[in-house]
Amino acid sequence: MVRRPDLRRDMSIWRRLDIASRYAWPGSVLLLGLLLVGVPLGLPGLAVLRAAYVMGSVFFWSLYRPVSVPAPFVAGVGLLVDLLGLSPLGMWAVLLLLLQACVLAARRRLITQSFLLTWASFAALAAILSGLGWVMQSALELHALPLLPLLVQVLVACLVYPALAGLFIGAHRGAAAAELA
Amino acid sequence: MIRLSVPFRQALSRLTLPVMLIVSLGAVLVGRADQALTDRLRAGLDDWLAPAYAMMTAPVMMLEHDGGVVGHFFNLEAENQQLQAENAKLRQWQAVAMALQAQNDELKSALNYVPSPTPEFFSAKVVADLGGIYARSVLVSTPDNMTGQAAKLVGAIAMDGRGVAGRVVEAGDRSARVLLITDLNSRIPVALGVHGQPALMVGTNGDDPGLLYWAPGTPPAEGDMVLTSAVGGVFPPGLPVGVVHYDAQNDPVVLPLADIGGLRLLRLFIYPTNQPVLAPVHDQPKVSAKSRRKH
Repeated sequence: MVRRPDLRRDMSIWRRLDIASRYAWPGSVLLLGLLLVGVPLGLPGLAVLRAAYVMGSVFFWSLYRPVSVPAPFVAGVGLLVDLLGLSPLGMWAVLLLLLQACVLAARRRLITQSFLLTWASFAALAAILSGLGWVMQSALELHALPLLPLLVQVLVACLVYPALAGLFIGAHRGAAAAELA
Repeated sequence: MIRLSVPFRQALSRLTLPVMLIVSLGAVLVGRADQALTDRLRAGLDDWLAPAYAMMTAPVMMLEHDGGVVGHFFNLEAENQQLQAENAKLRQWQAVAMALQAQNDELKSALNYVPSPTPEFFSAKVVADLGGIYARSVLVSTPDNMTGQAAKLVGAIAMDGRGVAGRVVEAGDRSARVLLITDLNSRIPVALGVHGQPALMVGTNGDDPGLLYWAPGTPPAEGDMVLTSAVGGVFPPGLPVGVVHYDAQNDPVVLPLADIGGLRLLRLFIYPTNQPVLAPVHDQPKVSAKSRRKH
């Protein structure tokens, strides 16, 4: 089929924009949500929620759309978390990159599994990462930090993941679906 | 755009993650070695984000102030009566306070009392509730006339309407970060009760800070008022902090007067730095051990 050249150029610009926005959706929503969690609504435990949200987002998008969350972006998000919260600089960058590395390594096997199994593996990874974060921060601050916030963080991450996944699965099939562009 | 061969591009994409991991580990080391760098970066980011957060927080505040109107309407009568009763009681106290003020002035003039310096203060809106799981801090947006006075602002004392909420630890041109008294790293010398027994209030990352190092034999009593103490020279004496309470483990904690969980507006007090030092440290003549040994 032969198309008129000017029409095709016009289409391709919109199409390119569409594709770009679909690729950028996960990253932009991740950043926006990260900032939104700071708005003081009088809710307790916003800090815990922020960590849980970031871990859940990075896990989900690394599993289902790794192209949209490249490693430099994840590192940037980690640094942002460190600067927003008062954790040591670079700590969350390391943790999130490790999370991504684990997910990418197990991606082939994990992607075919049921939701429950994915959830369980996220819970396990969140627990390991939070523990690692605790070890890192304790080592950097040279004293053992309390363990209770750590447990709360793991619990909140586990509870938040289904809601996040529900939202993201919708986006994965709709607004962020690159194959629909 | 630079065209790369497919195997090279694949290798590059496989290398990105390890390289970023190493860079991040480097960032951890750099952040550990140079705390000032982290503080500068954080202050810069806060300055960028403060206006955005102020915009996002505005509707929340509006809802809080206006949304309650309907609810308020129903208990106006009860509230009115309560306020009238309270007002009558306060009038009596006002008379007492005025009498005490007069007596106090008289005694002060008899003592040639030097009044404590009056602090400069301004109000700042809390625009974001930031912190990690081991850090409690809020971001406030500072008024425009404070631009360029960031250094002066660091160390300012933040109080809400009732009591001390925290202290400014980082300040930029448009924003400042207040470390709350509940933070794990918060250590505030306090005076307990009417006799001003010294103790240290220690943030525990929970809602109520703990108390440490009180004088042996005089444990803090339940219901004692907790005021700041000038020991250490960071806080001015006599600012209200909270009330002593014994928790379920029978450990004394401080119930903060400030509404730490729902801070909206803070007053930042900048105290002059030339406060009288209570325990002066005499400057040792700087003679190093080596040169002393020579003589």
